[in-house]
Amino acid sequence: MFWQAVTLQLGYNATLVMLGAACLGVAAGVTGTFLFLRKRALVSDAISHATLPGVGLAFMLMVALGGDGRNLIGLLLGSAVSAGIGLLCVNWLTRRTRLAEDAAIGAVLSVFFGFGIVLLTVIQTMSSGRQAGLEGFLLGSTAGMLWSEAMVIALGGAVTLALVVALRRPMTLVAFDPEYAAATGRNVGQIDLAIMGLAMAVTVIGLKIVGLILIVAMLIIPPVTARFWTDRTDTMVVISGAAGGLAAYLGAAWSAVVPAMPTGPIIVLVSFAGFVASLLLAPNRGVLAAVLRHRRFQARVHLRQGLLALAQGQPIYERYTSRILQRAGLVSADGVATEAGRARAAKALLDEKRWEIVRADQAMEGAAALYDGMRALETVLTVDQIAEVDAKLAPPEALA
Amino acid sequence: MSGAEFVPLSLPPLVIGVLAAVACALPGNFLVLRKQALIGDAISHVVLPGIVVAFLVTGAVSAWPMMIGAALAALVAVGLIEAIRRLGRIEPGAAMGVVFTAMFAGGVLLLEQSDTSSVHLDVEHALYGNLESLIWLDATGWQSLWDPVALAGLPDELLRMAITLLVVGLFTWVLWRPLKISTFDAGFAEAVGVPTGAVGLGLVVVSAIAAVAAFDAVGSIIVIAMFICPPAAARMMTNSLERQVVWSVVFAVLSAVLGYVFAGYGPLWFGAANAVSAAGMIATVLGVLLGLAAVFGPCRTRSGAPVA
Repeated sequence: MFWQAVTLQLGYNATLVMLGAACLGVAAGVTGTFLFLRKRALVSDAISHATLPGVGLAFMLMVALGGDGRNLIGLLLGSAVSAGIGLLCVNWLTRRTRLAEDAAIGAVLSVFFGFGIVLLTVIQTMSSGRQAGLEGFLLGSTAGMLWSEAMVIALGGAVTLALVVALRRPMTLVAFDPEYAAATGRNVGQIDLAIMGLAMAVTVIGLKIVGLILIVAMLIIPPVTARFWTDRTDTMVVISGAAGGLAAYLGAAWSAVVPAMPTGPIIVLVSFAGFVASLLLAPNRGVLAAVLRHRRFQARVHLRQGLLALAQGQPIYERYTSRILQRAGLVSADGVATEAGRARAAKALLDEKRWEIVRADQAMEGAAALYDGMRALETVLTVDQIAEVDAKLAPPEALA
Repeated sequence: MSGAEFVPLSLPPLVIGVLAAVACALPGNFLVLRKQALIGDAISHVVLPGIVVAFLVTGAVSAWPMMIGAALAALVAVGLIEAIRRLGRIEPGAAMGVVFTAMFAGGVLLLEQSDTSSVHLDVEHALYGNLESLIWLDATGWQSLWDPVALAGLPDELLRMAITLLVVGLFTWVLWRPLKISTFDAGFAEAVGVPTGAVGLGLVVVSAIAAVAAFDAVGSIIVIAMFICPPAAARMMTNSLERQVVWSVVFAVLSAVLGYVFAGYGPLWFGAANAVSAAGMIATVLGVLLGLAAVFGPCRTRSGAPVA
């Protein structure tokens, strides 16, 4: 059943929703990357909650004008206007008053949301029955989505995406180095506003599918996920878009086949699962990779210390050390060094003595800084330099 | 307005609203000053899954398991945010966004999947609160305030909110000096031996308690307004912490009373028959107060900032 959904064989409506959701997911992931890099991920929280009064007012206005209050384009326009006002409020409070940005975000999101709730209760009493579907904007609902609505979402997603691609250079620059961007004549304020405007567009488009409370997750989670896999912005944008699109697609498929499974929350949870997998498994920045790196480092330290102990004929008490030495075939089961072990131990001792000289020598300060008790000297110094060091080694003591 | 109508229907929600607003505003003062305002945001979102899980475990809507569940969820969230921040080296704002949205989504999903329609627990209630429905049916008028039999029928939320305010107030009063020092100069606080880490954690825990207690009265998102708006508006009124706290309490009480009155009687003035959401209206009034303070407050700009 789930497989049928994923391969788009579940009928017209489900296919429509899944493709629309995927478009939205890609647009959200890509746009969110710039918010994340600009360290303003939570501004999207204020934007999304601020859409609610716009939805309510647009509904009331359309009904007052004698139309159908549920026209999606009208509702989205209304939400865009109020989200824009919310965004301006955050900006104004942050710049013109002593409030920090986090307080401004929190104040705007909760006050706008509260006012939106007031409007929703007005609508409930105003026209019974006709407001059905407005609650869907809170948590998203895709049941009975119309072709025209899906087209609005898919088209909106595509346009947003195109704008992001067109603006990616200035946005990247501002995200990483606003001072340099300003110095090269770019208007940082305007570019910031463009990033926010795109985030607002994604929020508005996503209202119908994910709902205003959870759309912020689609802007935040994919970029954080992508950050684990790469250090390059353009790659990160691509991965984030793919992660967002995939999560939205799978989530929409899931909600299509399981009853009482709201679309918004399941998309967010699929996205979160991808995040957890990346946190654990990503190469380089992932937790598993870090643990392995630590283990390898530990093994090298123990190997080195074990070899030095062998070279000086000291017994090895540390069980982990002797296990490593045995596994490497440097020590036999009874703790006696093998042929290879003796050779490696002698080399380790020699290296240690050479390092001692290098570290005492002002002229080799650069190399000495690299000393970590494990590094082979050959990787740091040239053959000539090593010969120079060897010349300073204490001459072998004369046999008595 | 006769007491026979006002006391049973309006007095309890009004008092609960005031208590909730003050209980949130007190810790909110320190959260706003420490630039941790969004911790209130995160806590009020993660309260939902905690309450739903507690409901699923106990199978009943009862106060204590739910408060414990919500408090545990808040601690889980704080732990997760910290773990993601450290393990993944992700900036705190984004880590917070990941955690609270995912946990909120989980809470909504559980709520929709489990059959909670028979009890008073659904998504809309969780978002809007149900301040209006906290009525006192045993009351007959003002004289009921001295009638022990009638008093026993007061909504439980009233007592719970009063105890919460007491706890929050005691916390603020007892730890006033450490809170103040560690908020303004964490380095100095460390140097004079204030356990800043413990004070910070205590502040988060107390905020969580206030959020949980206020949750079922005003809903998860409007709690955020109660945390942030009164202190933020108070911050524009004065440069002294003592006076800021007093102002924030004034704003909290004012908004709760005005909001409740506007929600209940405002529509009547315009000829409409039905009241609107009281919690939503309280948040709206808070927003208006904050706006006024931001435009007219005597200390609205950063000291030393150019007056534009």
